[in-house]
Amino acid sequence: MQDLLTAVRESRAWACYDCGKCTAACPIARIGGSLSPRRHVLKANSGQQKEILQNGTLFSCLTCRMCDQRCPATVAYTDLIQKLRALAFRGGVEPECPHGGALQSLMRMMAKGETHQDRLRWLSPDLKSDPEKGEVFYWTGCNVYYDAFFSDFPVATLKGTKAAVGLMNKLGVVPVVSADERCCGHDLLWNGDRKHFELLAQHNVKLLEASGAQTLVTSCAECLRTWKIDYEPFFSSKPPRMLHISEFLAEHLQELKNLLETRSRRREEADSPSTPDGNIDLFTSTAAPSPQVRTGSALESKTPTSVTFQDPCRLGRHLGIYDPPRQVLSVLPGIKLAEMRNRAGAALCCAGGTWSNCDRFAKQIQVERLREARATGASVLVTACPKCQIHFRCAMKDPRLRGETEIEMKDVSEVVAEAIAQAFEKQVRESCE
Amino acid sequence: MTATESLPPAAQVAQAQRRESISWNLRLVVFACNWCSYAGADTAGVSRIQYEPYFRIIRVMCSGRIQPDFVLRAFEKGADGVLMSGCHFGDCHYVFGNRRAVEQFEKIKRVLRLLGIEEQRLRLEWISAAEGARFARIINEFTDQIRRLGPSLLAGKRNPYAGSPHSG
Repeated sequence: MQDLLTAVRESRAWACYDCGKCTAACPIARIGGSLSPRRHVLKANSGQQKEILQNGTLFSCLTCRMCDQRCPATVAYTDLIQKLRALAFRGGVEPECPHGGALQSLMRMMAKGETHQDRLRWLSPDLKSDPEKGEVFYWTGCNVYYDAFFSDFPVATLKGTKAAVGLMNKLGVVPVVSADERCCGHDLLWNGDRKHFELLAQHNVKLLEASGAQTLVTSCAECLRTWKIDYEPFFSSKPPRMLHISEFLAEHLQELKNLLETRSRRREEADSPSTPDGNIDLFTSTAAPSPQVRTGSALESKTPTSVTFQDPCRLGRHLGIYDPPRQVLSVLPGIKLAEMRNRAGAALCCAGGTWSNCDRFAKQIQVERLREARATGASVLVTACPKCQIHFRCAMKDPRLRGETEIEMKDVSEVVAEAIAQAFEKQVRESCE
Repeated sequence: MTATESLPPAAQVAQAQRRESISWNLRLVVFACNWCSYAGADTAGVSRIQYEPYFRIIRVMCSGRIQPDFVLRAFEKGADGVLMSGCHFGDCHYVFGNRRAVEQFEKIKRVLRLLGIEEQRLRLEWISAAEGARFARIINEFTDQIRRLGPSLLAGKRNPYAGSPHSG
């Protein structure tokens, strides 16, 4: 009882005035699932612990935070769910994990931490990194495991990871990429397994503190949420800054623009050798490419690629990061951002965030989201979280819906890295002409 | 080549230390398909063949049913080795179940490599219902192989049977 009381107090469930907006907003309830956030809150408030914990809907919440955002009494329903699941797990209730709990097994094995992981094979020699100490820590997350586990999809989340490290190098940062990293424990935490989560948290925080890094950058929205919010009590001193790769790129927006443009500028410079070198900076800050460059490659350049952006629930509603990925995409030449009908705070989540609720409702949400993406006319769906990529790619596998849902998926960093590579190619081509 | 050579040096040292310090009771998990391998084990028993007894056999309807989570869970719980077994190609009761098993086997192996668990701890074998002697031989071989590898690093602090035949 005491625990339920703490959960109610800390999540502000007591403030609920029974308006039902949460259930109205809930994407699961909307498409016919029996989950009702309101019922959970009311039962928690009236102390019906047994009923909540044994009711099967506790683990069908996507924890997408749609309801929290709409709640007029600012009840943190998602926090309540996190605490209730920990209570349930202690009482022996476990979610029905997709993939038979194989991924949870992986995480628990990492939590035990007796083995030496071989997780840096993707780190090719052209990527500069430091294994132990540095200013910036790049947190890779479990992408390497996902790519191995979902190799039949095919999932390629490591492409984004590689691109991210490459971009950091280009921006003059040599990040720490550690082989001792373990899963952040996000999914175990949301499945209620606090014991193993804490083991992972302690190890990871110690690793980060030992590296002396002042900034942590990651490509995974879930890792970022866990680091920023759930790891806070584990730090012995002030936690470093934590950024998503899109935030990091947005902070270096000007340098990124220079990378994309000085290269195509040089031709103009060659055409008019009278321009002193010192003036180049003045030109490069303008966004539009020069007319000469444009005419030079008018025949070759395609119409701008239209992309659309999926806001991961962890990045958007959990952490309030909506603009940085859009800012980054907007400076890329040849890329046009077409927004989906439900975007930013209203974005549908990929419905599989915690490896605990893969059912027909999740599938329906994924298909609906993919249809929205297709309706924008975009050719690429850009995400900022590897889980989004995995779950949407899984939904695309349905052979009956393939024609309606299939769309190419890329990570933000991948798109940026490709744009830079293209700018470079263009420059080489022009200098050859 | 010794079995632990594929590990990073630090892990090899840790492994060697463990092998010397811990007396352990070797534990293998064998997944056997209902139609061939399980019957093969039965044949071994009926023929009164003597073989290493340090394995737990789990019957599944088909080797294709052996999902990654079965094997990973076994390792998580401290198994020292896992043997997946099924019908020979062409003999599968469900026509292509064992082909599926190969796919799963490859996938599990990739994940184990990432985790730092030696690949030799996982094995895939085809054993028909008539091959009792082969079943016994494979179990003996596999037990020896695992004994050489030492306890699984994930086996944790268990040491319930000090003084077992495998101590030292």
